[in-house]
Parts: sequence; structure tokens; C-alpha cells
Amino acid sequence: MSNYKLRLYITGHTAQAERAIANLKRICAEELQGRYQMEVIDLVEDPEEGERQRIIVTPTLIKQLPPPLRRIIGDLSDKERVVSGLDLLPTLTDGGDASGDAS
Amino acid sequence: MSKETMLTIEKLPSGVPGLDIVTDGGLPRGRTTLISGTAGSGKTILAAQFLVEGVQKFGESGVFITFEESAIDIRRNVASLGWDIEAFEAAGHWTFVDASPQPGEPVVETGDYDLGALIVRIELAVQRVGATRVALDSLGAIFNQFQNASIIRNELFRLAVALKQMGVTAIMTAERDDEYGRIARHGVEEFVADNVIVLRNVLETEKRRRTVEVLKFRGTIHQKGEYPFTVMPDEGIVVIPLSAIKLKQRSSSVRISSGNAELDAMCGGGFFRDSIVLLSGATGCGKTLMTTEFIAGGVNRGERCLLLAFEESRHQLMRNASGWGRDFEAYEQAGLLEIIATYPETCGLEDHLIAIKHAIERFNPNRVAVDSLSALERMASVKGFREFVIGLTSFIKDREIAGLFTVTTDTLLGGESVTDGHISTITDSIILLRYVEMLGEMKRGLTVLKMRGSPHDKDIREFSIDGTGMHIGRAFRSVSGILAGHPQHVPPRELERMEALFQDVPAA
Repeated sequence: MSNYKLRLYITGHTAQAERAIANLKRICAEELQGRYQMEVIDLVEDPEEGERQRIIVTPTLIKQLPPPLRRIIGDLSDKERVVSGLDLLPTLTDGGDASGDAS
Repeated sequence: MSKETMLTIEKLPSGVPGLDIVTDGGLPRGRTTLISGTAGSGKTILAAQFLVEGVQKFGESGVFITFEESAIDIRRNVASLGWDIEAFEAAGHWTFVDASPQPGEPVVETGDYDLGALIVRIELAVQRVGATRVALDSLGAIFNQFQNASIIRNELFRLAVALKQMGVTAIMTAERDDEYGRIARHGVEEFVADNVIVLRNVLETEKRRRTVEVLKFRGTIHQKGEYPFTVMPDEGIVVIPLSAIKLKQRSSSVRISSGNAELDAMCGGGFFRDSIVLLSGATGCGKTLMTTEFIAGGVNRGERCLLLAFEESRHQLMRNASGWGRDFEAYEQAGLLEIIATYPETCGLEDHLIAIKHAIERFNPNRVAVDSLSALERMASVKGFREFVIGLTSFIKDREIAGLFTVTTDTLLGGESVTDGHISTITDSIILLRYVEMLGEMKRGLTVLKMRGSPHDKDIREFSIDGTGMHIGRAFRSVSGILAGHPQHVPPRELERMEALFQDVPAA
């Protein structure tokens, strides 16, 4: 069973950043009930991390697990694109998830 | 921007050879300058060189933000220009912010975003190396990475403001489609519109010609128009600031010997020390001999002479000289002569000019001879050639060196161009060598057509050549039309009138 590890990069708690956080929380609650870890990283506080991950724009959402790694940018207001960008199937049946777990 | 700040814009010397003359002191300090150019116009080189010169000449650190090529590619690409970026990085003088696209990873856009992360990374990098210089290359590539061009445009404006707050002097490169069209793609000039430099790579009569133009520097002065530049293997961009330097020359009244006593007399006591003499004549007429005598005349007085040969090899030149009793080998051994024989085709005219300047700076000669300019003329467009001659002339005069340039005329008798008016006006003195057919015999004639700042002999004199060199004899007394290539015998009493005509022979 997949455990999604998501990191959301923002630069300061701007309205745009807050919108992205809220959007991500809502999508995760709806699509990944309990099967995810989410971390918000503010690059103003940790610019080194921005350099390491080579982030250019914010908000940037990186799906670290499961592979493949995905980058999604923007305030995540387009839920459909977020869902497909995270390789989430539109509807998931409990327990029988076999997507993207090959490695 | 208030009026007061506009009036006090300082310049940061870029250190790029020649560019600081064209920009009247450098780039506006603490501002962003847009470098716009078509593909292959040298934008990335200039961006990198701005930082390299900062490190090497001023001990200033730099940050290079790359949107297109990876840092690895840039390090490798500029290594051929002799720049060891890795060493700069190791010394803490240079750092990359790699914002190039990461391969195989499509980015999904899901709403509004900003360049906040990039700005934070640039701030970090600037702090880390204590940078005063920043280069961003190129803006077009960042538009290619993201779909929402209007967001990127707004964000780049914010970036320009952020750079200003950091107090750095920045260069941003941008692509343009046409050499003489819109400043840049994507309307990027709108947010860094204060300062724009355009690089061009124009095809002109089958020759590539690179130029740099300062289009605008808001609130401060700069030179107008296009200036040629070249990219040298171990140096990078070298701008040739022609007209910007040509008015500074002094004029000396010190005379030096031409190497031929009779010619000295004709010139009113020799050439001027910092003058340029143009020697025009048909092939085989004696130009190389006169060049040889000019050099020997210098060496005999302990002067250093540089011979730049574009028609004959070293060996041929040495043999010629020894045929006239001048031992070039001995001159070289004495350290008073350096011969540089090059094929004109080895490189472009700008490159030749830079190479000549380097040779002059290194050898520090009192005399420079170029044999021949004509060989170089076919290497460039009319404009390019003129710029070359102006550049060389002003450089030589600025160093108070005597220059002798030879020019080959196409026809054996007479000569239609003293070589094209645009060059004769730049030189101080013009000497013509001509074949003269008289009574079924080929004779050689010489005249001093122009001698700026001095009276001179206006006769057309006959001269001969033997194993000891050139011997100038008496004037052709009963012949006219030599310069026009149609010598005719005239009764002696008409000579007065004909001589007056010689003085009116136009230089063009």
C-alpha cells in the first residue's frame, strides 16, 4: 500500500502559499485518506533546501514517494491537474491499490 | 526612479576589453543591463566574461544564474576561452544558480506561482560569495520552461527589483529574432528597459561581422552606434572602440629617417615619428624594398621594428632583404626586428587587429610596417576594412610609433585608387611608386603625394634598384601623365603648367 510523501515548498506565508497549503490539505483528505505525509517548507527560512532541490518557482509540490518523482507548480487550485500530476487514479478502491508501486 | 538618483548613476567597469570605452566607463552600477542578441551573437560569453573579468581584474565575486544550459555545460563551454570556472568556484569567487530544466521531468502547472524560490536562491548565492556581479542567461529559456508568460514577465520585473535591492550589478541576456528588429522576444525589455546593449552578428558581403551597440543607458552617457568586436581564444570578447578613441592623438614634430636619404630629403627631412605613411604601387614596383629600407633605417638607429607580412613568408622576406644588402637575420638576433608573417585568411580582420595590437604591446616597437594592407582588404567588407585601418592607425599613433603601410594597385601603370579615398584620408603621408613606360623602356617613378604638416618635394622622380637598395634620381623632366598611367612627352616649356596639375591630383 502506497504511502505518499509530499513536500510543498513556499517562499513566505503569502496568500498564494496559504491557498496552496489549503488546496493540498483538501485534496489529500479527499483522495489519500491517511495515506500521506505532508511537509511544508518555507524557503525564506531554509534557502539551502531550495538550492538542493533546484526549486525555481513557488509554490512547488514535490511527490517524493512513491516513485516516480513528480513536480507540480502553482497554487494547486486546479484539482484535476493535481490529481493526475500526482499519478493518483481519479477514484481509488480501498485496499486494492496497485498503482505506481513497481520499485 | 527620481531625478536625483538618475543624475548620480555610477558605472561599474566591466573589465571586458574595449567595452568600457564604448559604455563610457562600464555598466550602470547597481542596475540590470539587458544584453540582447540573435542566436550565436555571443550573449552567454559576454555574461560569463562579465563575471570572469570581475574576479580576475577587480577581485569581485559573481553569481551566474543559468536557465538553459546546465552549470556543467557552461563550465565546459567557456573553458576554451581560458576561463577556469571551477577554480573560481573553489576559491569562493563564483557560484552557479542552476535553474536549467531538469531532464525527463515534466512540470505540471496547477494555478498561480511566482519566482520567489529563485529570488531566495539568488540572494543566498549572492550572500555566500559576497557577489557584486550577477549574470542571468537567458531570459528566453525561462519563458520556455513555464507556460504562463504573463506571470513570468511580472516575476522577472520583481526579480530585477530584488537584484537592485541586493545592490548587485546585473546582466540579463535575451534573444531577439532579427538583427534590426524588436529589442527582444517576450517583451522582456519592458522590465529592464533602463539599460540595453545589443550584440549583432551580421552577414556583410559574405563576411561575418560582430558588433556591440549600447542602445540605451538611462540617465547616463555612452557612445552611440555599433562597434565591432571579436571573440579571442584565450581572452573572450574584445571590443574595438574605433571612433571612440581616435581623437585623443597628439602630433609629433620629431622626424625620423625613412631609411633612404633621398626620400628623407623629398619629405622635407624624413617622416614624422608618429605618422602613418601609405606606400602605394603596382606589384614589383619597389614597395617591399622601401619597407625593407624603412626597417633598416630604424634598426641602424637602434630602433625596434615590427614587420607584419601578409604576402610573403619569413624566408622570402629575408632573402629579398639580403638581395638589397640588408641582413634581417642579424637584425632579429640583435632583438631589433620581429617579423610576423601570417596568411590573411587565417582569421577575420578583427582578429588580425587584436593580434597586431598584442604583438605591438609585447614587442614595443618604434616602427611598424604592414606589407601589405591590400592582402587584408579582401578579407572584409569596405566598412570592416575601413574600421580595421582606423583601429590600427589610431593604436599606432597613440603609441607614437611610425607606421608604413603598403598598398598594391591593380594596374601596372598609373593607379586608379590611392587606395580608396577612405584610407588615404586617415594616413598622414602618401608615397606613390609607379611604372613609367618611356621610349620603349620601363622605368620606375616615385612621388610624395601628400605629407601632412610639412612641405615636400612635388616632383615625380625616377628611381632605380640595385644590390644596395633604392636610388632616387632626378625628376622626369619631359614626360607627363605618369600618375594617370599615360606618360607622354611634353616640351619642356609646358612643364610648369603640368606640374600644377600634379598638385591637384585628388587623393581619392
